[in-house]
Amino acid sequence: MTRRGIVLLALLGLLLLVAPLVADRYVVSVLTTVLWFAYVGQAWNVMMGFSGLLSLGHALYVGLGAYASAALFVHFGIGPWLGLWVAMLVAMAAGCFIGFLGFRFGVRGVHFALLTIAFAEVARIGFDHMQWLGGSGGFFIPVAGDVGNDLLNLRGSPTLFYYVILALVLGALALSRVLLHSRLGYQWLAIREEPEAAEAVGVDLFRARIAAVAVSSALTALGGVFQAFYFNNLFPEQVFSMGRSIEIILPAIVGGIGTLIGPILGAFILTPLGEGLTFLIEVSGFDLPGLKQLFYGVALVVIVVFRPEGVWPWLARKLRLVRAPGESA
Amino acid sequence: MTALLHVEKLSKRFRGLKAVSDVSFSVPQGSIVALIGPNGAGKTTTFNLIAGVFPPNEGTVHLAGKPITGLKPNRVCAAGIGRTFQIVKPFGQLSVEENVIVGALARERSVAAAREHARAVLDRLGLADQAARPARSLTLPDRKRLEVARALATRPTLLLLDEVLAGLRPTEVDRMVEVLRDLNRREGLTILMIEHVMRAVMALSDRVVVLDHGEKIAEGTPSEVVADPRVVESYLGSEDI
Repeated sequence: MTRRGIVLLALLGLLLLVAPLVADRYVVSVLTTVLWFAYVGQAWNVMMGFSGLLSLGHALYVGLGAYASAALFVHFGIGPWLGLWVAMLVAMAAGCFIGFLGFRFGVRGVHFALLTIAFAEVARIGFDHMQWLGGSGGFFIPVAGDVGNDLLNLRGSPTLFYYVILALVLGALALSRVLLHSRLGYQWLAIREEPEAAEAVGVDLFRARIAAVAVSSALTALGGVFQAFYFNNLFPEQVFSMGRSIEIILPAIVGGIGTLIGPILGAFILTPLGEGLTFLIEVSGFDLPGLKQLFYGVALVVIVVFRPEGVWPWLARKLRLVRAPGESA
Repeated sequence: MTALLHVEKLSKRFRGLKAVSDVSFSVPQGSIVALIGPNGAGKTTTFNLIAGVFPPNEGTVHLAGKPITGLKPNRVCAAGIGRTFQIVKPFGQLSVEENVIVGALARERSVAAAREHARAVLDRLGLADQAARPARSLTLPDRKRLEVARALATRPTLLLLDEVLAGLRPTEVDRMVEVLRDLNRREGLTILMIEHVMRAVMALSDRVVVLDHGEKIAEGTPSEVVADPRVVESYLGSEDI
């Protein structure tokens, strides 16, 4: 990245840091949603962007993480900071199982994507019938009274949640960068580009792919934990829905699959536009259900046609935020 | 010379079609052996059987006396065999240096050590000045050299080269021949190569194995092989060598 790029990103980071001090509650809630999608977009990017594994059922890991941590909290009084490890393990186990089925039996490409959808759908139907977790009627985390900001139990004001999700986004960004420049990261990229050639230079395809699924599912589950404690209610129809899976992948596609900044930028483009559209429709008095989904669909088509590599690589080149290939530091 | 690679009665069938049938040969340590034959002779299938892309129906492969038959490609690489592909397979979006780093990581645990080794290999193959370029932007000759560099970075004891000279201009062929000869003579690297460019085969190989319709029809020194009537009839024809 160029000096200009670093300065610009640092400024944006600073803006995000002070945003709750100057913005009203609505803006903070929209920013929290933006950051949540930026976070889960980064988690999905580890699988698709780094390793070339298309998952269209990432809502499964959000849901497993959310339900695991919420159940531990409600039924056993175990707080989210402990519960998140269980949530991540549960999602990781599910991801590794799906990965095992896919990679061991040669289910690749679109068929692997269908496998991920199938598991998310099975989970949705299954959780719909689990009365211990509220079934289709929903599972609720009791909202305590005015306890102030209780970070230990993740109870508190929207500002608290804003800073938690901001920390998660920055943490995921740092982790993605470390992973991408690690031995495993290089192996992921090689598999994404040419699996046969990667295997010929010693990469164990099965292990590397399982590692990608494990990291991605665990990170996504963490997003689920946040969702459970932020919204305090979970409905299988929403949490595990196909629509949610699509919403998770859109930021990375719009921003730039396989890039570090892409999923974050994509979330900052899509979510405010979607929210703005919803707001405009509400104030205009029209009842147009599904308009947001239509907007997402149009946005996807526009990106695929005009910027198939995503907005970030194009923007970074235009604004000279990254060095051109071969340009010295 | 002791055999580094020994292939014994190797056979492979694809839905009843015999692609390789009862093929046996050895590659002595420190030598260059060429595998030649007409299209469809089973050369690349033989390479794939050695490299572990698929297991043979019959036969064995030994590297330095150890069986490697049916091992997966990554394990074959770990055993000491590096390979290139007939249709080059660069990691297109990665830089040239990153391509070679992936190869170097087969032996190195740290990325820093792999990068250092990759730079040395790129320098050796004359690709150092292109290190930062995306691999997809390279010309065909440079892509071929990158294939060799990536395979070399795995520190192989045996290098399998699948038509690395195909599609190159005569000057580029000479350049690559020089690189391969240098690797063989100065570093003692053993090479098994599939090649159609007979000028290069004659210039480089210590021995030549000829396949036709999946069977070995001749084996010997380059001059012995080109004088063999079966080889002339099935492959060389009246072509001037």
